[in-house]
Amino acid sequence: MSMKVLVGIKRVLDPQVKARVKADKSGIDLTNAKMTMNPFCENAVEEAIRLRESGAIEEVVALSIGAAKSEETLRNALALGADRAILVLTEEVLEPLALAKVIKAIVEKENPDLVLVGKQAIDDECNQTGQMLSALLDWPQATFASKLELVDGTAQVTREVDAGIEVINVNMPAVISADLRLNEPRYASLPNVMKAKRKPLDKIELADLGLDTANRLTTLEVMEPPARAAGIIVETVGELVDKLRNEAKVI
Amino acid sequence: MSILVIAEHDNANLVAATLHTVTAAQQIGGEIDLLIAGHGCEAATQVASQIMGINRVLVANDASLEGLLAENMANLVVSLAQDYTHVLCAATTFGKNFMPRAAALLDVSQISEISEVISADTFVRPVYAGNALAKIQSSDSIKLITVRITKFEAAAESGGSAPIETVSASPDSGLSRFIGLSSSKTERVELTSAAIVISGGRGMQNGENFQMLESVADKLGAAVGASRAAVDAGFVPNDYQVGQTGKVIAPDLYIAVGLSGAIQHLAGMKDSKTIVAINKDSEAPIFQVADYGLVADLFEAVPALDEALSD
Repeated sequence: MSMKVLVGIKRVLDPQVKARVKADKSGIDLTNAKMTMNPFCENAVEEAIRLRESGAIEEVVALSIGAAKSEETLRNALALGADRAILVLTEEVLEPLALAKVIKAIVEKENPDLVLVGKQAIDDECNQTGQMLSALLDWPQATFASKLELVDGTAQVTREVDAGIEVINVNMPAVISADLRLNEPRYASLPNVMKAKRKPLDKIELADLGLDTANRLTTLEVMEPPARAAGIIVETVGELVDKLRNEAKVI
Repeated sequence: MSILVIAEHDNANLVAATLHTVTAAQQIGGEIDLLIAGHGCEAATQVASQIMGINRVLVANDASLEGLLAENMANLVVSLAQDYTHVLCAATTFGKNFMPRAAALLDVSQISEISEVISADTFVRPVYAGNALAKIQSSDSIKLITVRITKFEAAAESGGSAPIETVSASPDSGLSRFIGLSSSKTERVELTSAAIVISGGRGMQNGENFQMLESVADKLGAAVGASRAAVDAGFVPNDYQVGQTGKVIAPDLYIAVGLSGAIQHLAGMKDSKTIVAINKDSEAPIFQVADYGLVADLFEAVPALDEALSD
């Protein structure tokens, strides 16, 4: 039986770059900003490739939903080892619910055994898409995965939760969302970057899927957070303890 | 307006996050029901009924809720949600797990991690690791919301006497199974509710050196945290991690030791009231958010701090 993994990928502002709010408060200024694959999506891609390398699955299909430039991010996934890619083109910034509907439509065409996504995007920080997708598919979900094993047609997933480490077992097909300690993503080699240019990448217009992807939320404004007052440098531990006791009064 | 707050508990007691979520619900306004879902959660139900300002405590106590699997939790929430204008849960790993699933089943867009209530349909939430705040208005008829607990005070946990009503759990979905939970056992105060936190980063060099922080924490009644780098390096378990991908905390005092202060770490602690940075690299970004910075070798400064606190 040949198994397939679909990996969802989001193109985001590079995590090392500090986001700047636009002067008109309409959003974040991404003009000429360095964009990259969402870090949690890198973990999802890496895990999918490792599953193929281990022989557990046969094909890794990378999916992104966004503007034409998302092709760059998908080519990166292909360079890392994905076999082919699908780009659903839209200029709209879709909410997780709409993204989940789009991914569901692709799942129904591709019939993967597993969908891997990052646990959250580092830009909107919603942490919703994987859970919503599994709900719409009526599949089980395993979020915040730090370890994944495929056992007898099920997935045994170790999850990082606030209280510690949780283990669950889910039927397949399933949606799994990756946490950062799931693996250490590789870098693409130059030959693989060149090869990735020739790997298949299908483009689909969002409108052709015939889905209701209207947003339910309106962003009224985007503001700078209040700045912290500048602090001081103390010279000694004694001075620090004195400030904490007598100035800040926190100990 | 009528609001359902999903409580987080360990069967015996409520997790503190629940009280902060109740405050967010109070700011929206209207009658507030609290749902206790679990298996063997009678004691937590009694505790919940004491919270001030609760209309009813609903309890779903069923074997299918053992381990609080997302599929069964979401189905339960969906079965109750039609009676409410808002459904709230803390933005902990508990709430983040099942709330979006319930939202999708109800065909609504979840509003994640609100930090402020503007009105019944408008909220503020941090985005881009807290480097921007987005004001969001929802047009959905039922609003599913997770709450950034550090931005809301705890509601009074006693003084109320809400009636307790039983609700039916949904049948087990059969899609997933809870195998187990292992916690790093500690006598210490919990990281997310501690008034003082001392955290170590990669500069701690190994797990044994965290004992220096534990010793200071003992004297201050503090919790111990860590940066992602320290957790990735295996110095301490994952539940120590503070940051965009770990816990978001805002204690009265946060002491960052040997920790550079990456954007992702700052996202988890920069709302702390007083921040102390101890780092030998004076250029470390952590100093930009610190109220008190000490440029020093932590292996000298932390023992000295420990001794100064013993006086």
